[in-house]
Amino acid sequence: MSWVIALAAGALFATGTYLLLSKLLSRIIVGLGLIAHGANLLLLGSGGEPGAPPILDGAASGPISDPLEQALVLTAIVITFGVTAFLLTLAYRSWTETGLDEVEDDVEDRRIASRRQR
Amino acid sequence: MKTLATLPVIIPIAAAALALVSIRRPLVRRIVGLASSVAYLAIAVWLVIAVDGSGTIVAAQGDWPAPLGIPLVADRLAVLLLATSAAALLAVLVYAVAKPDTDTDFPGFHAVYQMLAAGVALSLLTGDLFTLFVAFEIMLTASYVLITYRAGGSETRSTITYVVIGLVASALLLTAIAFTYAVTGTVNIADLTDKLDNVSPGYRAGLGWLLFMVFGIKAAIFPLFFWLPDSYPVAPAPVTALFAGLLTKIGVYAIVRTQTLLFPSDGPATFMLVVAGFTMVVGVLGAIAQKDMKRILSFHIVSQIGYMIMGLGFFTVAGVAAAIVFIVHQIIVKAALFLVGGLVEHTEGTGAIDAVDGVARRSPLIAVLFLPAAFSLAGFPPFSGFVGKLALIESGFDAGRWVVVGVSLFASVLTLFSMTKIWSGVFWGRPGTGPKTAIPSGMAAATAGLVVVSLAVALGAEPLLQYAERAAGDLLADGAYRDVVFGGRG
Repeated sequence: MSWVIALAAGALFATGTYLLLSKLLSRIIVGLGLIAHGANLLLLGSGGEPGAPPILDGAASGPISDPLEQALVLTAIVITFGVTAFLLTLAYRSWTETGLDEVEDDVEDRRIASRRQR
Repeated sequence: MKTLATLPVIIPIAAAALALVSIRRPLVRRIVGLASSVAYLAIAVWLVIAVDGSGTIVAAQGDWPAPLGIPLVADRLAVLLLATSAAALLAVLVYAVAKPDTDTDFPGFHAVYQMLAAGVALSLLTGDLFTLFVAFEIMLTASYVLITYRAGGSETRSTITYVVIGLVASALLLTAIAFTYAVTGTVNIADLTDKLDNVSPGYRAGLGWLLFMVFGIKAAIFPLFFWLPDSYPVAPAPVTALFAGLLTKIGVYAIVRTQTLLFPSDGPATFMLVVAGFTMVVGVLGAIAQKDMKRILSFHIVSQIGYMIMGLGFFTVAGVAAAIVFIVHQIIVKAALFLVGGLVEHTEGTGAIDAVDGVARRSPLIAVLFLPAAFSLAGFPPFSGFVGKLALIESGFDAGRWVVVGVSLFASVLTLFSMTKIWSGVFWGRPGTGPKTAIPSGMAAATAGLVVVSLAVALGAEPLLQYAERAAGDLLADGAYRDVVFGGRG
């Protein structure tokens, strides 16, 4: 795998994780997108050394580039695209209903917080 | 025969398309959904009989021989869980159809439901790691829609947690697949069983742990379970029942499948047992602290997952077989309990323990349905939970893992305690005088059907356990899976 791809994937994972830890839903969605891109990039890089020619007409002489991981990446990208669209719709609904982009604490967190106040 | 193995995936997808086309005809889409689920169950039962009689069916798609094509591998474990899932899917669908507000709330319900069924079938049957990812996506995307369609206000937040956690886990699964492909050049599970042997032990162990963690998020094992009790109770009753029965168990199935076939020598067995122990105890303690039926039951899902991981952690044929029996028992009983919880909510308007009293007097039918399922969950003889737990404990003694067996018995006692909490809080006491909604007979019949199936699991315990031992033997026998998938094609 080329170093550039490995480093880029690492950077995408790092920024994605950072954004994911935010409380704003819009940032979380962007973070998820970045993590998914990092995973896709890793998948693309997993096919071996770059620079080999593609398969043409089924007749290959010498090394050819691996087509399988490109097919896998395409599938993964389509899935990511669909699910991100769904998540954006969900975020929009959350915003129209509560007027907030923020993700609140969960039920248990709130219960503990209210107990501490008493 | 080979076509038969692909039908559980094809039929629900076709039915989903039909249900979408007939989106303005409620009766048609109901009939389509129910017919598809009946066919799904019939084929699954047929597959169980066929596979147990004449061995694993391998359906290579497009007739490409392994390892090039994507095979569907219907082995004993896959078809047993397929049949169990099919029973749960059908019962929950009947319940949802009978529930007055399912269809009016969301006309696309049947289409999404059938896609979920297709995803479950594909997850169970696939013999390819990447297809497993795709199958999980089909199943989870359908589940995102089902869990969010009725959520409003603050409930939207809980569902967002569910979706985000699901997506993170999917991205990590994709990462694990990329790493696997980078070292082996294949994503075919049968091919991987062989090729992973040549990978350096450290890298292989890393892959094993990554896959364990990824599927652990889906299966809600300790400490990755926080999303579950928060999000499941939000959904409508039939959806929660389906999720509780099926989705986490498919995660456990993926753990069993990958750990036994791909990482048999360096399965993190002791670590798994520690995780299993914590999952059991933390889950049940969480359940005791809750005040709502659905939330108590949601924490129990987590607790019971621990038992399955424990059976796998023994890494013996008896242990894995016991885990398989326990998964079967859990799919049925968990779905049944959540359907009962839905019945209580339907008649009384809420499932909060403080708000509801005397259901045993007001609606004796619900109490009759709740009791066997609750006893079964707590592991009382002669119910199905007892069979699973006895098998687990016996295999634990054989494996010499005393500590985790003791922990599991402790968790069982606490499970019984929290069940009595529901019983005394909801079913006993002076009956309330508030308004009461009548239960549609379809909802009661569906719940009763699942309870009867769970009793049947208990009655047929001996054959089931023998079957599970054959299934576990298939998994743990070195190279057996590979030979079957490659078999006859060289």
